[in-house]
Amino acid sequence: MVEDMSNATISETTARLRQSGSVVSVSLSSDSHSAADNSQNDLIMQSVDLQVHYGDFLAVRDVNLAIHKGEITALIGPSGCGKSTIIRCFNRMNDLIPTAKVGGKVFYKGIDLYGPEANAGEVRRRIGMVFQKPNPFPKSIYDNVAFGPRVNGKPTKAETDELVERSLKRAALWEEVKDRLKQSAFSLSGGQQQRLCIARALAVNPDVLLMDEPCSALDPIATARIEDLMAEIKSDYPIVIVTHNMQQAARVSDRTAFFNTEIGANATRPTGVLVEYDTTRNIFANPTDTRTEQYISGRMG
Amino acid sequence: MSSVVSAQPVVADLHDTTSRARKGLDKLFLGGLWMFTLVAIITLVTLVGTTLLKGYSRLNWSLVANFPSPFPGDAGIQAAIFGSVWVVVTSGLISLFIAMSTAIYLEEFADQRSRLNKLITINIQTLAGVPSIVFGILGLAFIARGWLGWGFTVGTASAVLTMMVLPVMIVSAREALKAVPSSLREGAFALGATRWQTIVKQVLPSAIPGIATGSILGVSRALGESAPLILLGALAYVSSNPTGFASDYTVLPLVILKYTQEAQEEFQAVGAAAIIVLLMLLVALNMIAIIIRDKSRKSW
Repeated sequence: MVEDMSNATISETTARLRQSGSVVSVSLSSDSHSAADNSQNDLIMQSVDLQVHYGDFLAVRDVNLAIHKGEITALIGPSGCGKSTIIRCFNRMNDLIPTAKVGGKVFYKGIDLYGPEANAGEVRRRIGMVFQKPNPFPKSIYDNVAFGPRVNGKPTKAETDELVERSLKRAALWEEVKDRLKQSAFSLSGGQQQRLCIARALAVNPDVLLMDEPCSALDPIATARIEDLMAEIKSDYPIVIVTHNMQQAARVSDRTAFFNTEIGANATRPTGVLVEYDTTRNIFANPTDTRTEQYISGRMG
Repeated sequence: MSSVVSAQPVVADLHDTTSRARKGLDKLFLGGLWMFTLVAIITLVTLVGTTLLKGYSRLNWSLVANFPSPFPGDAGIQAAIFGSVWVVVTSGLISLFIAMSTAIYLEEFADQRSRLNKLITINIQTLAGVPSIVFGILGLAFIARGWLGWGFTVGTASAVLTMMVLPVMIVSAREALKAVPSSLREGAFALGATRWQTIVKQVLPSAIPGIATGSILGVSRALGESAPLILLGALAYVSSNPTGFASDYTVLPLVILKYTQEAQEEFQAVGAAAIIVLLMLLVALNMIAIIIRDKSRKSW
């Protein structure tokens, strides 16, 4: 399997990123070629001119995003700007919506997720996802975590035991549930359920973790625990998080992408666009686009 | 603060000021609801009561153990009980298998927007409303006679009841699958599960209570069905239990029909007793449905 993007892909991507004018923090100027190479090695995922239609409706267009190893990338923006749609392209969850049509490319370690070499199941195993509402399976805590490893292979009882323990520990839930692994997952609180869902995603050892508003259904204390957990695991599992909460993006993320909506020439419904993508520090302290500045300062959205 | 409040004159009046007419209307409405509930209960109690009174004398072991006889004292319904069990169990199992497959295809795989699938859906819903006698005629023309020529056998009856029960079962199985939250499917897919793994390991276990309830309802309908089987030879004098699909058969609803039409009161008592047996079987079936539902809810 191709581990790094081929040179052709890199130069193509570089050209497109420059064309689209989005402020990707990786320096892509042609004279500093070595710098570009370094940041390319640091990349784990990258979208190029990504756009999604639902039927005839263009939901979001021209998204060029680069996801870096060891970092948390936050997608923020007002409702309907396509944040969730984009994150669902990153592990092909949009395949499940019959009307959704994905254009452009999403690269994972240089492989196009929508290309002929990519199998949707394998993509989703490598790129895990945590949803807005905690969605544990109606099974025991143990079986919830063991589900992923079991559908992806035939682990022995001992392997499964070890994997369940390790995943629950990684998700900072082990101490709370180790004495009741056989109990229903629904006996847990909302915050615990969400950490169980994180443990479940980690049990298949993904390379990237996508989180679609993981704290929107949780209280502040449970939210804080999830945020701590994210900071703790990001070195092993780079995270892409969609959030409605600007403070959360500012607190946890290393890079932030600000999305906004605009109504196209012939469209009746607003289409999402990527306005600005930069380090979180720059987005919040020194945004280059006035729309970003307005949104951050609370004058819009 | 509290002393200030208590020192003030009472200005709030919390007495009931609802007008007498409104209260009367309230009571009238409640009374009406009671009346209608009572009508249903009284009808049921009267039916079961008169049947019990009539059949009480024959509600004994000989009823279940004996085969039909020209002497009312010896007449039993064993052949009909076994006939009913044969027909209902076979048609129930076959239709459950077909209905589950159809429902899974239509809900989980088929493109909901395609015209063909909309047409199939409308067709199934219409079939669920077709009078059972029509299925009987169909069975007579194409299964008992005609192409298959199976004659008046258990196999023919089972096939016709399967056709009759299928639409109801498909509709209820689809509803049960629809009721499974999509977050469950997403959760499984997001872990790399295939469509088949998602369905077998997550969707079906969650849908079992609904599917079981719907299927047993369908089977209950088959157990009480008489119209199509009249056309298919079940109204015959059968003095042996079925041994396979090719056997002669009769079923409970039809021996009930036969005995209650007899002039002799003793035969009518056999009919009434047979009604009680049929009712008990129906109650037992519903109990099984409830048990399956509760069990599968607790299983995790």
